[in-house]
Amino acid sequence: MSVDRDTVRRIARLARIALPEERVGAMEKELNGILRWVEQLQEVNVEGVQPMTSVVAQKLKMRDDVVTEGDQAEAVVANAPQSEDNFFLVPKVVE
Amino acid sequence: MSGALTDFTLAEAREALRGKKVSATELAKAHITAIEKSRSLNAFVTETPERALAMAKESDARIASGQARPLEGLPLAIKDLFCTKGVRTTAGSNILNNFVPPYESTVSQNLWDAGAVMLGKTNMDEFAMGSSNETSAFGPVFNPWRARNSNQNLVPGGSSGGSAAAVAACLALGATGTDTGGSIRQPAAVSGIVGLKPTYGRCSRFGIVAFASSLDQAGPMTRTVRDAAILLRHMASVDPRDSTSVDVPVPDYEAALDKPIRGLRVGIPKEYRLDGMPEEIEAIWRKGAEWLKAQGAEIVDVSLPHTRYALPAYYIVAPAEASSNLARYDGVRYGLRAKGADDLIDLYEKTRAEGFGAEVKRRVLIGTYVLSAGYYDAYYTRAQKVRALILRDFVQAYETCDVLLTPATPGPAFAVGSKSDDPVSMYLNDVFTVTVNLAGLPGISVPAGLTAEGLPLGLQIIGKAFDEATVLRAGRAIEEAAGFAAKPSPWWRAV
Repeated sequence: MSVDRDTVRRIARLARIALPEERVGAMEKELNGILRWVEQLQEVNVEGVQPMTSVVAQKLKMRDDVVTEGDQAEAVVANAPQSEDNFFLVPKVVE
Repeated sequence: MSGALTDFTLAEAREALRGKKVSATELAKAHITAIEKSRSLNAFVTETPERALAMAKESDARIASGQARPLEGLPLAIKDLFCTKGVRTTAGSNILNNFVPPYESTVSQNLWDAGAVMLGKTNMDEFAMGSSNETSAFGPVFNPWRARNSNQNLVPGGSSGGSAAAVAACLALGATGTDTGGSIRQPAAVSGIVGLKPTYGRCSRFGIVAFASSLDQAGPMTRTVRDAAILLRHMASVDPRDSTSVDVPVPDYEAALDKPIRGLRVGIPKEYRLDGMPEEIEAIWRKGAEWLKAQGAEIVDVSLPHTRYALPAYYIVAPAEASSNLARYDGVRYGLRAKGADDLIDLYEKTRAEGFGAEVKRRVLIGTYVLSAGYYDAYYTRAQKVRALILRDFVQAYETCDVLLTPATPGPAFAVGSKSDDPVSMYLNDVFTVTVNLAGLPGISVPAGLTAEGLPLGLQIIGKAFDEATVLRAGRAIEEAAGFAAKPSPWWRAV
């Protein structure tokens, strides 16, 4: 399988990374280089093999659904590029 | 013990502090000076001398009052992937270049609770994606080692390249690293130091900037195997904040080191003999087997038939997980925010285009593609099935052996810039290390000798899950037999 330019534009959009039009061709080449190389996985006989979901044989731990470290709004927004009254500020979304 | 305080091993420094032959403050100052004089290596992104001196002062008070903790006063460097409360943590990326965590990673907290002293944060490949430290937004790190009669700068490996260079150049007694496909063991091998990747789940991942969550694991980088054993004990813990940390008690790895390896069954996997592998790598591997045999180990031929599929499987699984993990960098909650965005989507797209470097973008796009509708089963599910087969290979091999012996890397350190144009050729650096991550197993790289050009090579010991004690013991047997005592000449040191 390989990607064409339209697919490169589509996945860049899905990944939310602006890709200038002049970079699309180069990215197409780079991604296809990698995809051609991983293609060899098609040779492996995986019939009847369960896909690995966890590398350690451990039951997923559960905990009580309670607040553990709440009331830290200031610490939460401390690194925000823009915030006001402990809210994150974003460009206008709704007219 | 030699002259300079920075030449101490971690174990020697511990003895000297306990015996009050040196103070924690003296030890910290010696390292701070060494770091200042070694800025040409670019090993550190952030130096924290004031914090180091404050911590050393507390250590001296504790030693004086007989309340020393296990790592009291020992100066360490921390890879800039571990969140450190109040100290900038960048993950080697522009997108986090002003991020100051309001919390501490569990691994680094464990080290401070044991009395260790923080010297600073080390340079690394951006988001730990790289094998040469050249993808860092803060510039490449140079390997303290150079080929004989050469002035060419070599890479220290990656992604934990700053940690490897700092330990090899004696700027810290030890450092933390993280290993997703070889990022502790490969830089350790090409920088002439010891690097241990523990079993997945041995160290908590809480507070470590996530790359590929099913593969990432923290571990120690040190100048001796004993030092790695000492650090691992205090990095590892069972952590309620990481649901994948495993409930297995942390043993005293150091105490287990001195048990002889007589009777240990050492597997040699035939698939690790690659076409076109340099003769020097073959030779050191053979030598390693002879060293272990001479100490009473039994050498067994084993087969890991799916080895060659490990790297391609990794380059599906790791980018897939990365594309999901890195979705959080949106320019809203922390980190860089692009200027001049028209709307929210535009803000995301511009921020991520400005903030991520080329390799990170490549991997996020590959990951997005293999997880997208219509391709998920063909790529991701298939890769996870291959991963199950790779683990099965190891389980079957361990029916006839206790550990495996392999080369750590396919070659020595290479020149800065020599592999950056071809992503796949760069990926091949991890050919011997990546299988271990996919199977979640522990592995150690130990310096084993020098090439004809005078560059270090490492050997890798791979163990069974949670059997770091045996991995360390076999690593120490290699270390003793190799008698690796070479040091890089300090060309980088300012006078």
